[in-house]
Amino acid sequence: MKKLINNVEDVMKEQVEGLCLAHPELKLSEDPCYVYREDDRDTVALVSGGGSGHEPMHIGFIGEGMLRAACPGQVFSSPTPDQILECGKAVNTGKGVLLLIKNYTGDVLNFETAVELLHFEDIPVGSVTIDDDVAVKDSHYTAGRRGVGATVLIEKIVGAAAESGADLERLEVLARGLNNKSRSFGVALRACVVPAVGKPSFDLADDEIEFGVGIHGEPGIKRRKTGGVQSLVTDMLKELLGNTGYSRTVRSWNRREGNWDEAETRVEDFSAGDELIVMVNGMGATPASELYGAYREVHKGLAAAGFKVARNLVGNYCTALNMEGFSITLLKADAETLTFWDAPVNAPSLRWGQ
Amino acid sequence: MTLTKQHILDWLKACAAEFETHKDYLTDLDREIGDADHGLNMNRGFSKVMEKLQTFETQSIGGIMKGTGMTLMSSIGGASGPLYGTFFIRAATSAANAEELNLSGLLKMLEDGVAGIVMRGKAEPADKTMCDTWWPALEAGKQTANNGEGMQDALAAMAVAAEEGAKATIPLQARKGRASYLGERSIGHQDAGATSSMYMIKALKTVVTGG
Ligand SMILES: Nc1ncnc2c1ncn2[C@@H]1O[C@H](COP(=O)(O)OP(=O)(O)O)[C@@H](O)[C@H]1O
Ligand SMILES: [Mg+2]
Repeated sequence: MKKLINNVEDVMKEQVEGLCLAHPELKLSEDPCYVYREDDRDTVALVSGGGSGHEPMHIGFIGEGMLRAACPGQVFSSPTPDQILECGKAVNTGKGVLLLIKNYTGDVLNFETAVELLHFEDIPVGSVTIDDDVAVKDSHYTAGRRGVGATVLIEKIVGAAAESGADLERLEVLARGLNNKSRSFGVALRACVVPAVGKPSFDLADDEIEFGVGIHGEPGIKRRKTGGVQSLVTDMLKELLGNTGYSRTVRSWNRREGNWDEAETRVEDFSAGDELIVMVNGMGATPASELYGAYREVHKGLAAAGFKVARNLVGNYCTALNMEGFSITLLKADAETLTFWDAPVNAPSLRWGQ
Repeated sequence: MTLTKQHILDWLKACAAEFETHKDYLTDLDREIGDADHGLNMNRGFSKVMEKLQTFETQSIGGIMKGTGMTLMSSIGGASGPLYGTFFIRAATSAANAEELNLSGLLKMLEDGVAGIVMRGKAEPADKTMCDTWWPALEAGKQTANNGEGMQDALAAMAVAAEEGAKATIPLQARKGRASYLGERSIGHQDAGATSSMYMIKALKTVVTGG
């Protein structure tokens, strides 16, 4: 294994230190570890976090118009409740804290515990769990669809809404709605190498692609011959657009009663004519030239199916260390969503409209 | 016989020793159908408990359990951190001010702890999780108690049931946690969390029965 690291145990710590040196407007709490920005305006603090290794998500998205803070865990491993608790206490300005969680058992359990702890500190708190990976078909016999690329888009849009002064209830509803309008699907050409493991998480033959891969090197739904990028994107769009009827139980924190409410909700259908925000996302080791080549196919494929690409994002946003591959995320957007999307954002890895 | 505070402290030390010894094995089990960190997680968590043990020593059984839970919660990480953390914190409630427990007090404490795991993780029987070790072990403990036998016999029965429970996860298909994404490919492997729970139950039996 060749990596630009010192000690395996220090990868997370050294990267957040580097980030804060490069962007002095971001502040680092070392113990417990979280990264935040100071902002004394009276808005809801949007906070996310999760295992490291997906950068720039989440720490690169801390900035005006997006996240207030992020809690990084070790590589591919959730942060712990004490980190999230202290972070929430530090950034709450009285309007409360909204936690965005990616749907992995570890993240959900640690963040939901933190929700309860924040509640008992009298901090208004809510959480929304993002589960957009359509490669996972089934919600009853698995831990459900994983949270992947849509997280980036939702952090941007909900961050803009928080900036505009929306309250906690409003932001929760918005984030849940956006999640139900989002779908992602990923593929890998080569697996990633987790520093502590030192070898690729799976092996692929020279002409094989892992189809439906997760962002931790989890295996996908099948192996597929490479073929050209056109046929690959065609198959990915088939998974994305053909995927309907997924429903699952969603938990939301009841601040009045101090417990969890559960409700069965269903993802929204997509139909020709819909406007989409489209992300073509590199998984860490994919050349930009190939991402744009893929974007070309995505754009054409969506147009042929009658969809309108209203906005797009092409680049490395939600990565899996040095995995070679990419994912497509589609988010069905209405006028309000696009207004929030276009609003100014000033984070290390997403910046426009200043 | 009763379970004393010293037994609890010895149990935690024995758990730490078990996880130090078996960390590679547990991590290997987690490599098969997870992400190869369970042994490292458990070892990190219980090493932290060892560091803090002195500060718990003067407290009641409930206090020791709660301190252990808070420590595990912030140091194990992954799915098992909040699950084992919640186990100890919930177990602490019924033992709050106790300096010793009889068999029914011990069973109640463990039952509360397991209810905490279920509250958080929503596991059902045969989902291939740590609960598939705890449930049969508790059942065996209660059965033995109902037959009028004592703490040592109950813990011996629990250790046997825990071992069987952990083994019985091998043919199951995982429906919770990371392993669930593998679908049928999760069949044929022993669950890592079920195995770490087995070590904890066997360690309790060992410190109480002396072997
Ligand atoms: N929902 C759940 N309820 C109970 N136990 C669970 C649940 N999800 C996972 N587990 C247990 O956690 C173990 C994995 O722990 P660990 O490897 O430390 O965390 P992670 O899966 O986040 O890497 C599994 O072997 C299983 O026994
Ligand atoms: Mg694991």
